[in-house]
Amino acid sequence: MELFKSTNYDFLGKKWPFIIASLVLTVAGLGSIFFWHGMNYGIDFKGGATMTVRFAYPPPIDKIRSAMSHAIKGEVSVESFTSGTAPNSVSIGTELEEERLLNKNRQAMEDVLVNTFGQPNSGKLDFNNTSEQSLVERLRPALAGAAVPMSDQQLQTLATNLLAARDKDYSGLITDFHQLASVPGMNPGIMNALQQVCYLPPFHVSEVQMVGPKVGAELRTKAVLATLYALGGMLVYIAFRFEWIYGLGAVIACFHDTIITIGVFSLFNEQISMTVIAALLTLVGYSMNDTIVIFDRIRENLKTSRREPLESVMNRAVNQTLSRTVMTSGLTFLTVIALFLFGGQVLHGFSFALVCGIIVGTYSSVFVASPIVLFWHNYTDKRRKGPKSPVLATAPRTDGVRKGSTKAVK
Amino acid sequence: MTQNLKTRTIIIVVTILVCVVGIIGLPKSVTQLKQNFADNIHLGLDLKGGSYLVLQVQVQQAVKADADQTIERLKEDLKKQNITWTDISDNDVRPDHVEDAENVAITIKGVPATMTTAFRSLISESYPTYVLTAVSSSDYSMKLKPSDLVALKNDTVTRTVDTIGNRIDQLGLSEKTVTQYGHDYEILVQLPGVDDPDRVKQLIGTAAVLEIDDVKDGPQPSRDAMLGQHGGVLPLNTKIVEALPRSGQQSDEWYLVSKNPVITGHEMRNAHAGQDEYRKWETNFNLSPEGGKRFGSYTEANIGNRLAVVLDNKIVSVATIQSKIEDSGRITGLGSEEEAVDLSRYLRSGSLPAGVVYNEERSIGPSLGADSIHEGFVAGIVGLAAVVFVMLFYYRRSGVNAVLALLLNTVILLAAISYFHAVLTLPGIAGVILTIGMAVDSNVLIFERIREELRAGKSVIAAVDTGFNKAFLTIVDTHVTTVVSCAFLFLFGEGPVKGFAVTLVIGLIANVFTAVFVSKTIFSYELSGHRRVQTLSI
Repeated sequence: MELFKSTNYDFLGKKWPFIIASLVLTVAGLGSIFFWHGMNYGIDFKGGATMTVRFAYPPPIDKIRSAMSHAIKGEVSVESFTSGTAPNSVSIGTELEEERLLNKNRQAMEDVLVNTFGQPNSGKLDFNNTSEQSLVERLRPALAGAAVPMSDQQLQTLATNLLAARDKDYSGLITDFHQLASVPGMNPGIMNALQQVCYLPPFHVSEVQMVGPKVGAELRTKAVLATLYALGGMLVYIAFRFEWIYGLGAVIACFHDTIITIGVFSLFNEQISMTVIAALLTLVGYSMNDTIVIFDRIRENLKTSRREPLESVMNRAVNQTLSRTVMTSGLTFLTVIALFLFGGQVLHGFSFALVCGIIVGTYSSVFVASPIVLFWHNYTDKRRKGPKSPVLATAPRTDGVRKGSTKAVK
Repeated sequence: MTQNLKTRTIIIVVTILVCVVGIIGLPKSVTQLKQNFADNIHLGLDLKGGSYLVLQVQVQQAVKADADQTIERLKEDLKKQNITWTDISDNDVRPDHVEDAENVAITIKGVPATMTTAFRSLISESYPTYVLTAVSSSDYSMKLKPSDLVALKNDTVTRTVDTIGNRIDQLGLSEKTVTQYGHDYEILVQLPGVDDPDRVKQLIGTAAVLEIDDVKDGPQPSRDAMLGQHGGVLPLNTKIVEALPRSGQQSDEWYLVSKNPVITGHEMRNAHAGQDEYRKWETNFNLSPEGGKRFGSYTEANIGNRLAVVLDNKIVSVATIQSKIEDSGRITGLGSEEEAVDLSRYLRSGSLPAGVVYNEERSIGPSLGADSIHEGFVAGIVGLAAVVFVMLFYYRRSGVNAVLALLLNTVILLAAISYFHAVLTLPGIAGVILTIGMAVDSNVLIFERIREELRAGKSVIAAVDTGFNKAFLTIVDTHVTTVVSCAFLFLFGEGPVKGFAVTLVIGLIANVFTAVFVSKTIFSYELSGHRRVQTLSI
């Protein structure tokens, strides 16, 4: 099956509507960045503390937010982090003024959770959030008191097994001690001791990330530098393989993709983290791919048709590669959509950036990169007095490949 | 042509075998297969769970400590040469501003003009790493030479890395990383599988300082009781320190010790627990040669007195000096094996030469990691299935070539991750999925070209050849650009992002191999029969 046998769309003739659409999107994006939502920096770039907590029931977001706001200074954000494999999860974010408060902040957040949802004064150990060492230390006297014989080695192994079962089988959150009945080494005596010293709160802290504000600023600089260097590197490579104006056209197209994608992030108030920057850089590479394929074709066609005007050579190149462009973009888009739908919350920003970027990247190769080269050549042609450059539009076509009509499709 | 085809097939088969072995080893059972897979593919912290700490060494404290020691030495030297002075001191440093290290200076006031030459020659001979500037006719300022300052700061970081490594070793972790990081005296600590970063931070300590101090008086049950013994006033150059409680101790113990340590952790080289001739526990220790000399003269002059081992301003042990000790000695009279072992551990892990401040701390529970792997896996399968379906549908039988090339690509990618001990992170899994999409691009380029050549009327074999040849350069161009952007991502990114860059680059390089070499071989195989093939299913 073939979708695009011999097309002859006048892409470059119709460039203006698309250039205007690009400009509108860019302005909308920039407007949102500067005047509306601004840039939603994640803690990688802003510094702060983030805690991902899974609950045993749909989490009461407002309650969590007000409890946190009372105890912790600065902006507090509580968002749902639920996905297919991680139901009832929230992401709690707080600000961090300076590095020294790193630990205090985390302690404060944990305390709020324990006070609001746990049993802070029972004296019992929080089983869903404990570490192996604490479990061993609490169980040892209880087991000794219950006259359950156990060597230190066995106790260590038991603790490891209990926590492994909790984490692998129940994603870190158990609601009933009997869920641990099938752990190797378990017996009623141990079960009793366990119920004596531990309790089960309805939440489990699955991840804590804390970044000092200095680091945040550093990472921001690194991200910008990485993007600029990457664009620069590609400019050099393409200028080397083609003419410098092609390099410039390609880089402007990629830059345009990056700005629009960041603008869309701002419009939808999506968070920008280091992995999003990774996605953006991948996009830069990917958008280059598309552009290079078209430029390659243009170069090949130029070799065989010296008298044809540049615009029609470009048009032909785009038409010839149309099938490939649609297929590749389509297929890459399929994989990226799979990531977006099934990849979970952690990769959400990453896959969102790729989804936007692939759409924008594909059309920028045709409607931004090539027109720039075209504009430049037309401009330099006008300035040159002599008829060196291809001008006549009636030069005979040299490729007798097409069996069908060569009329431009309206 | 057949010979060429045979060689190519052999190369491909060997590659497949090498890769498969790289991923799953040579298993004898299904469980062993799973185990080998888990061992060979290293998972990053975000998939396995663990702790990630970045801390900054407060080098300015080490510089100040060095200045303090220099002041003591200077005072002795000046006394020996009968040079008088009114005051020698250094300026303070703030606890979390490393840039203060540049400003540490020793100020010497009140050197009489008659002694100037003697003073200057003393400094230039005995303190060559310092620069002396005259502030006035009798006052001077001493600062470390810039190159020596840099050396001291770097040495501080290196020693901190070693000390932290030693301390964490006691946790018995198999896969830990403690390395220098960044440009601002930072250290990165990665501890996979550690679910309790607090315990680690306690072990690392924030500002552990080891000293051996001269004991003047004690024990007393409280700080006030000690002060009371001396008329409520602290004698010159002393401080009151509490002792860490030991088993069997009745009440608190406080000691009066000298403020200027005899030996600091800097001079401690090694220590281990042992038993003496009466089977009683003791701790043996070794000092550096300079430390040994100083310790020798001190112990010789103080036989019968006591000294205290002080860690983080708490006394861990008090011992009586029985004879002159130079660079190796023992602390005897310890209560139990545990005490001897603990003491040797304190002595051996030395002191952190400066405090540390935590800049970044990430700890991920294993449950989240397992969820992430699961999600990544599902997305990968769905993506792969969609691509395979479309390729087969659109390019018919030739689509099979592409699918085979894709699968081989993924296998090579996983094998490379295993052989290079690269770390697979969650963005890395995303990178694998992205490679599938991008790898298919190369195949599409080639197939579209072949279709074009066929339409132009070329024979099947010629069309396939031309298709591959013409598309090859474009494939190289596109891959180079993505590799370039990944290179920058690798340079500037950290942790999970680095993992992503690595996986994508490996995937792209593998792709050039599979899309061009492998795919062409499959086509050649199809076309190599004795009958001339008229049409190609594409």
